[in-house]
Amino acid sequence: MAVKVSLKVNGKSISAEVEERTLLVTLIRENLRLTGTHVGCDTAQCGACTVSMNGKAVKSCSMLAMQAEGADVMTIEGVAKPDGTLHPMQAAFKEHHGLQCGFCTPGMVMNAIDFAKSHANPSEQEIREALEGNLCRCTGYHNIVKAIGAGAKAMAAGK
Amino acid sequence: MHAFKYHRPSSVNDAAALAKGEAKLLAGGQTLVQTMKLRLASPSDIIDLGTIKDLAGIKSDGKTVTIGAMTRHADVAHSADVKKAIPALAALAGMIGDRQVRTMGTLGGSLANNDPAADYPAAVLALNATITTNKGKHEADKFFKGMFETALKPGEIITSIAFPVPKRAAYTKFKNPASRFAMVGVFVADFGTGGKDAVRVAVTGAGPVVFRQAEMEKALAAKFAPESVANIKVKQDGLNTDLHASAEYRAHLVTVMAKRAVEAALK
Amino acid sequence: MNAPLIGARIERKEDYRFLTGAGQYTDDVELPRQSYAAFVRSPHAHAVIKKISIEKAKASSGVLAIYTGEDFAAAKLGGLPCGWLITDVNGQPMKEPPHPCLAQGKVRYVGDHVAIVVAETSEQARDAAELVAVDYEVLPAVVDGSKARAKGAPQLHDIAPDNTCYVWAIGDKAACDAAFAKAAHVTKLDFINNRLIPNAIEPRSANGSYSRADDSYTLYVASQNPHVERLLMTAFVMGLPEHKVRVVSRDVGGGFGSKIYLYAEDVAVTWASKQVNRPVKWTSDRSEAFLSDAHGRDHHTVAELALDKDGKFLAMRVKTTANVGAYLSTFASCVPTILYATLLAGQYKTPVIHCEVTAVFTNTTPVDAYRGAGRPEATYVVERLVETAARELKLDPAEIRRRNFITEFPYQTPVALLYDIGDYNATMDAAQKLADVAGFSKRKEESAKKGKLRGLGYAAYIEACGIAPSAVAGALGARAGLFEAGEVRVHPTGSVTVFTGSHSHGQGHETTFAQVVADRLGMPIENVDIVHGDTSKILFGMGTYGSRSIAVGGTAIVKALDKVIAKGKKIAAHLMEAAETDVEYDRGVYTVKGTDKKKMFGEVAFAAYVPHNYPHDKLEPGLNENAFYDPLNFTFPAGTYVCEVEVDPETGVVKIEKFTAVDDFGKIINPMIVEGQVHGGLTQGIGQALTEGCQYDATGQLLTGSFMDYSIPRATDVPFYQVDTRETPCTHNPLGVKGCGEAGAIGAPAALMNAITDALGVKDMPMPATPQTVWQTLKNKKAA
Repeated sequence: MAVKVSLKVNGKSISAEVEERTLLVTLIRENLRLTGTHVGCDTAQCGACTVSMNGKAVKSCSMLAMQAEGADVMTIEGVAKPDGTLHPMQAAFKEHHGLQCGFCTPGMVMNAIDFAKSHANPSEQEIREALEGNLCRCTGYHNIVKAIGAGAKAMAAGK
Repeated sequence: MHAFKYHRPSSVNDAAALAKGEAKLLAGGQTLVQTMKLRLASPSDIIDLGTIKDLAGIKSDGKTVTIGAMTRHADVAHSADVKKAIPALAALAGMIGDRQVRTMGTLGGSLANNDPAADYPAAVLALNATITTNKGKHEADKFFKGMFETALKPGEIITSIAFPVPKRAAYTKFKNPASRFAMVGVFVADFGTGGKDAVRVAVTGAGPVVFRQAEMEKALAAKFAPESVANIKVKQDGLNTDLHASAEYRAHLVTVMAKRAVEAALK
Repeated sequence: MNAPLIGARIERKEDYRFLTGAGQYTDDVELPRQSYAAFVRSPHAHAVIKKISIEKAKASSGVLAIYTGEDFAAAKLGGLPCGWLITDVNGQPMKEPPHPCLAQGKVRYVGDHVAIVVAETSEQARDAAELVAVDYEVLPAVVDGSKARAKGAPQLHDIAPDNTCYVWAIGDKAACDAAFAKAAHVTKLDFINNRLIPNAIEPRSANGSYSRADDSYTLYVASQNPHVERLLMTAFVMGLPEHKVRVVSRDVGGGFGSKIYLYAEDVAVTWASKQVNRPVKWTSDRSEAFLSDAHGRDHHTVAELALDKDGKFLAMRVKTTANVGAYLSTFASCVPTILYATLLAGQYKTPVIHCEVTAVFTNTTPVDAYRGAGRPEATYVVERLVETAARELKLDPAEIRRRNFITEFPYQTPVALLYDIGDYNATMDAAQKLADVAGFSKRKEESAKKGKLRGLGYAAYIEACGIAPSAVAGALGARAGLFEAGEVRVHPTGSVTVFTGSHSHGQGHETTFAQVVADRLGMPIENVDIVHGDTSKILFGMGTYGSRSIAVGGTAIVKALDKVIAKGKKIAAHLMEAAETDVEYDRGVYTVKGTDKKKMFGEVAFAAYVPHNYPHDKLEPGLNENAFYDPLNFTFPAGTYVCEVEVDPETGVVKIEKFTAVDDFGKIINPMIVEGQVHGGLTQGIGQALTEGCQYDATGQLLTGSFMDYSIPRATDVPFYQVDTRETPCTHNPLGVKGCGEAGAIGAPAALMNAITDALGVKDMPMPATPQTVWQTLKNKKAA
């Protein structure tokens, strides 16, 4: 049966009629056609689906769309400035070659931004532990860890 | 995922009234949604507890820390009150899943699900917590009945958990290399009261359900030191064997993790 | 003139779209009136299909169609072909059992395809797939490759007695046995190279559509080689002319080999799209990926090394059973033979080598090339043997390698390959220094004080990249050419679009290739765009695998560039009123020898498209050239890896303290990208050695069927790597490049297992060295 769900996505209020069994990630990808949020697994391990909900990183594949009723969701498409300028964390990933195929990247960036809010100058170990819920098969994490360290500092400096 | 009917009750009573037959309560959903996605669970109805007021929150009075059932793992991990009163509990909450999962996952959901490899049951059992529901109270020792099985009755909904503050405690977790659930997790709590139940040692991940390790408790009550448990050989009977760890290896790890937990508690 | 771009650490051109969510992966493609497919898969490893009942499923909400193997047979769809014919020791062709897209009468592994359900939504397709009732007669299964030929083992295919695909050999057996007979020392190991599940983070996806307007098909698919996919699908399976099929593979979220192959799902959605006259989309979920993406490795090997008293290698003897799974996947047959046994010389002057490989069918997911493909298995054999021999002879493991290194090039190995160039001492020297091998014993003592066991291990690997030339590959059984195509289209105002048959699924070709082109044309990199992954745009392509892109695809582009520059020279000569022989070209500027006359490349391009003043008598207008490049030889990247671990004997946990990699990839275009490739390769190699072990139970059920049980490395499992390079430019391609994509995965497992066995003080132990396995190994050692 179709139900109505209303929430804010990337600053815009939206409403959609969805099946009750619709996941938040399905709403984002298929109803809103924001395909930057990816699905890489079905056991909540890979983190490619990570979005920000009310300012915190969550896995949008592990939530029903209905659980996001009234929430303020940001996806990777909402991270850069309106003029297209990259967010400091995105820029750090680019500068440090923190991505290869790009598939895990949106989830990595969304998680990293949330993490960096409370870690202005994180240690290598803190960053690696913060990536417990994000899998990457390309980079060996080396440059992702470097990028997040640099991105966190840049975010703190830009405050 | 199979189709279901979705409900968003505004009170625990309304939720309880809906919780009948093949209906399932949805707390943080970090286990349930996965299971449904894989079509391993097919509830007729989903009762979302997410919007019921007063189910989340942390209170501490120095003797007891009381945590609402819908309190997220991240909130427990970051709570100044919990860190002050029972730092081991905050640390445990910070070890569950990953940071995204901790943002959604809840204490009540974890306990009601009672996954044999979940972390919270170890804290609840070792700290001798009391589980309050819409129908009454459960002692920790009588709550965890078996694999994915608790003392909760149909329509019974956990509302809060009260953790007595110990003198010292620690949780050490040996993670399953793949799932990152506890392959063996040991929570050691010393209440410093002497006598029975002065020290409680709860083991998760190793058996079909969280359990207390009496021999270690006795030895630690006599002397709270790593060497008291270092040579205790845990029996492997009844422990889990799977791809990642045999019962024998798990039994060994229980001792190692207990020893390290005591070391950590003493720090 | 701009600064040189070759060798520059340039940020990637493709990153902006990936970082802003603007990538276009196959599942992101949504076509008008799109429908969705779900597959009914076998829950049994081996069973006869007695009956399939689809009535209930067909009545399910939203269902458009359901097709089974019977429908595919009636439509005369062929099976999935194998692209490489191996000829066995008796001169007979390998056994090639039919590999139907949808099972015909029998299923042979858990996940085998039984039916395709097409519905309005993805969930409706899945709902209906559950309602397809299949009556199976379950048969006993064989899972373990070593048991496949045992007497009484269940038989998979009528045409392959004893489940044997082929027994193949290379090398001089008599000479090898003779050398062993007079050896002072023989080192022997018996081990399993564990089966791996690739797990690119983007699951496979295919979206097929059919147009009645022009009787043509379009398939969007996550593929490493769209033209090969099209060739196989049209010529071998669907019997369609190629010009009626377009295959598009834009952004692909990692491949590692698993997206080279033509899969049943790709064919099924394409064919079904015509039947339902709507696009049909299927995206694998991770659980399906574990069952249905081609797996990697799975060798059981007995290997021996004969040495003289000084540690000089006299001969190597290797016997391998390769488990190819239930059917032959696209390139399955060449991986444990051509890509494996030919690498057994490693970096050493071993004079005689003999290797026999038996490929067997089992009731498991088909096995095919996975990052490294045969070469990690070969390196594991060689480098575990060498390290073990050093320990047995009480020689320093670096020293025994140095005593046997090939130092003169070209070098003809006894297993067919001709190494063009290398400097193995150089990479060994650099690696030892970077890894501070000299300080190891002190670090070991410090670890011991903490109750920890520290170990150090080497791997000096070699790989053969850019399989070539086509004629040689053909003689060895390849059923395709192994060249690459490139096209350079210069636009009137001088910017350039390059079309390449290589395919980037993370490798960064849009940047690396653009660096090559922009450097040669003396223009900013922003003026060059690289296009890949669309058979309607690119003239042809063999795709990306085997670390071949820069060496083969890059060279094809250079050859096309040469033609552009040569034509430009004629135009420039005309414009400058000089003889063509007097015109010189250097990075974007044409000059006339001995004068100050010059024309910029952009001016020449403009003249080509606005040919008012143009040598029409000699030249056509326009500036657009293409080239096909068929290499003269493989390239041979090589290097030395040093791994240092600390083991907690109480828990069995292995911590990688240091991992040092010094590689020789020849000339390097973009060091930043190359380092990234090494990091990723190393991590996959570490995954094989430390965390990843595909396991089936005896009935053929996949036990490691999700990330809950199959562990690919996480950030906490790996360290920061120390990487460096040394350079001996490849002698037979103009860029001097060799390829870098697989090196890490090739060298890392041996280095890591050498380090762990060193730490534990044991001769051998199985991969992956999980905490339990390490703990058990130590326990067994104590008991012994």
